[in-house]
Amino acid sequence: MVNFELTDEQKDIQKAALEFGEGEFDPDYARQCDENHEFPKDIWKKACQLGFIGSYYPEEYGGGGLSVLDNAIIVEALCRKDSTIGTALIVSDFASDIILRVGTHEQKVKWLPKIAGGEMLSAGGFTEPDHGSDITLMNTSAVKDGDEWVINGVKTFITNGTNAGIVVTLCQTDSNASPTYRGQSTIVVETDRPGFEATDLGSKMGIRSTKTAELSYSDVRVPADNLVGMVGKGFYNVLEFFDESRVEIAAQALGIGWCAYDKTLEYVKQRRQFGKPLAALQSVQHKLADMATKLEAAQLLTYKAGWNFDQGRIDPKLTSMAKFYAARAAVEVCEEAVQIHGGYGYMSEYDVERHYRDARITEIYEGTKEIQKNTIASSILGKFK
Amino acid sequence: MDFELTDEQKEIKKAAREFAEGEFTDIAMECDREEKFPRDVWKKACKLGFIGAYLPEEYGGGGLGLLDSLIIAEEFFRVDPGVGMIMATTFGSEFIFLLGKEEQKQKYLPPLITGETICAAAFTEPDAGSDVQGIQTTAVKDGDEWVLNGTKMFITNGTIADWMIVLAKSHPDAKKDAQRFTTFIVDCKSPGFSAEKIHGKMGIRASDTAEIVLSDVRVPKENIVGLPKMGFYNVMQFFDVTRIGVGAQAVGLAQGALEMAVKHAKERKVFGRPLIYNQGIQFKLAEMATRVEAARNLVYKAAALVDAMKPDAAMTSMAKWYAGETAVYVADESLQVHGGYGYIDEYPIERFYRSAKVLEIYEGSKEIEKMIIGRTIGGKY
Repeated sequence: MVNFELTDEQKDIQKAALEFGEGEFDPDYARQCDENHEFPKDIWKKACQLGFIGSYYPEEYGGGGLSVLDNAIIVEALCRKDSTIGTALIVSDFASDIILRVGTHEQKVKWLPKIAGGEMLSAGGFTEPDHGSDITLMNTSAVKDGDEWVINGVKTFITNGTNAGIVVTLCQTDSNASPTYRGQSTIVVETDRPGFEATDLGSKMGIRSTKTAELSYSDVRVPADNLVGMVGKGFYNVLEFFDESRVEIAAQALGIGWCAYDKTLEYVKQRRQFGKPLAALQSVQHKLADMATKLEAAQLLTYKAGWNFDQGRIDPKLTSMAKFYAARAAVEVCEEAVQIHGGYGYMSEYDVERHYRDARITEIYEGTKEIQKNTIASSILGKFK
Repeated sequence: MDFELTDEQKEIKKAAREFAEGEFTDIAMECDREEKFPRDVWKKACKLGFIGAYLPEEYGGGGLGLLDSLIIAEEFFRVDPGVGMIMATTFGSEFIFLLGKEEQKQKYLPPLITGETICAAAFTEPDAGSDVQGIQTTAVKDGDEWVLNGTKMFITNGTIADWMIVLAKSHPDAKKDAQRFTTFIVDCKSPGFSAEKIHGKMGIRASDTAEIVLSDVRVPKENIVGLPKMGFYNVMQFFDVTRIGVGAQAVGLAQGALEMAVKHAKERKVFGRPLIYNQGIQFKLAEMATRVEAARNLVYKAAALVDAMKPDAAMTSMAKWYAGETAVYVADESLQVHGGYGYIDEYPIERFYRSAKVLEIYEGSKEIEKMIIGRTIGGKY
């Protein structure tokens, strides 16, 4: 039976995450993280202690045993309280899902509790200078040498690149495979291995609380046991990971949208023009109605995609719809938020310009909106080739 | 949370779809061209329980929830929005169901379901549409009767209805402006009642639309629905429910238009291969599908809230305007995908395109919906 209400437990989770954000995310500090490209380390540690990170890992691996939908609710709430700090927290366990979903028990025990416990961050090394959305061929190679893999290559735009403890790296383990993506594997690389080097990519437009780096692997040797999942299945691991993580990015976008919306709602009641609050102007009311409707629609799509995943069903179409729509909604809502704030909106003091910049990444990373549309199209069109 | 229809709802959906495909397809173009109400199909739909399905079984209905009955509307509009308007033959019954006395329910509801009568609801006037409080139709008490005078405009089912709900200004001196109005059940055979069909609608031409003139129409006092002076509030409450129905019509229309675009894009060849190979076309379809999915979730959520006895005016308005805009957008893009063929009435998409626009207008224009949302979320300032 169709039911759109959160369970009592989910409401509690949501409340806890909102309260955490309200109490811990200081606006001045958020601006500082934005200005200085600073990762909010102390807040991240606290978030880990309270179980907000890796909440969807089973308890035996340090998680809370929550569902993907529950996690999306947390992500939404954290980003709602601040787009910049929230984003840094919610991507701190990036790509660890691959270990969770296809790793062995030993691999999970080894890495996941550290990520959930605030001992280290994780990263996903997929994109290369010459391969972004198209990951069917990787120039990064991994060659077996005895009991080790020897990895060589370059990855770029890697979130958490300079501060992660491990990078789940997509490598070409069989350069002769046809099609090429059947020769790929996912290998965990500890960032303290000799030959691994991470270089910060410098100034980003938004989400400046996260580190983005170029990774260089030269003859990096890792034990054979670091290969996650099966040899030759790396491409599929990453795609399946995206089916899950795109729900999270949709929730992130949604949260950023709410973040700008909440501030705008407050602002229009205080700011007076023509002798009355902005909120009394119909054009402003209609803008707010548009913003609220889009966020409501984005929330339903995001929750539906998460719920569907929790039912044990993989539906790339639904995940892509959620990610594409929520990201667009976030950008549009933030843009209107800046517009309604007028000159103040353009100044960092009022934060909405920061949310606007933060929002924009959600239409790019973990599959651009164009890639999402490809996925949706191929799903609704079926086979036609 | 649960986003899945029950097995029963899936059955309803399938049955409605099959009925519509079997009955609507062949007559849709003729009904559109000739502005003809599909009386036979309406009767059949009544027999099969599709009309008034939301009404309790004691009045002959199916006892379904609002969401269940919206699924029927959605499927009907998916096949043809004009013929699909047979769903609106009970438009106005919600008044009696929500606010009416038991005798009124017994008297008026069962014949709607069995296909013996059709009803309507008359609020809009030549000079008052969205601004409901601006109506000029008067009701003056005369003994045990009320005497109604005025003109109503754009009334769906106007010339084919047996009775209609009429909003009139009954207490012009009431202290609160909103308390000047009362809603009446008016028998369309009453002396002084006349209806003139309005020709030349852009879309949903199978649906009857009329101008109504009330000239000294006498209505017994038993025909007041709800309480005197509460007419305006009644109308607002009524719209909180029926607007979701327009949202469902819009989702159905958009879904139908999307499916036509997919079909055409697979069949039509350009530059030596099916149209669908063009990424520009694929992206259009992806965007259309996403918006339909978003609109459907909004509509279902608004309906589920009503079924849970927690109607939410802002949620209803969100569902209504967003779904309406989605229908217009998707029909437009679908027509574009059809190219020249889309512009010719041999293909149903142009009919969908023309029909979609009304969904942003009737039962509260898009602008009114946004006003309601704006006020609700803004709270007091």
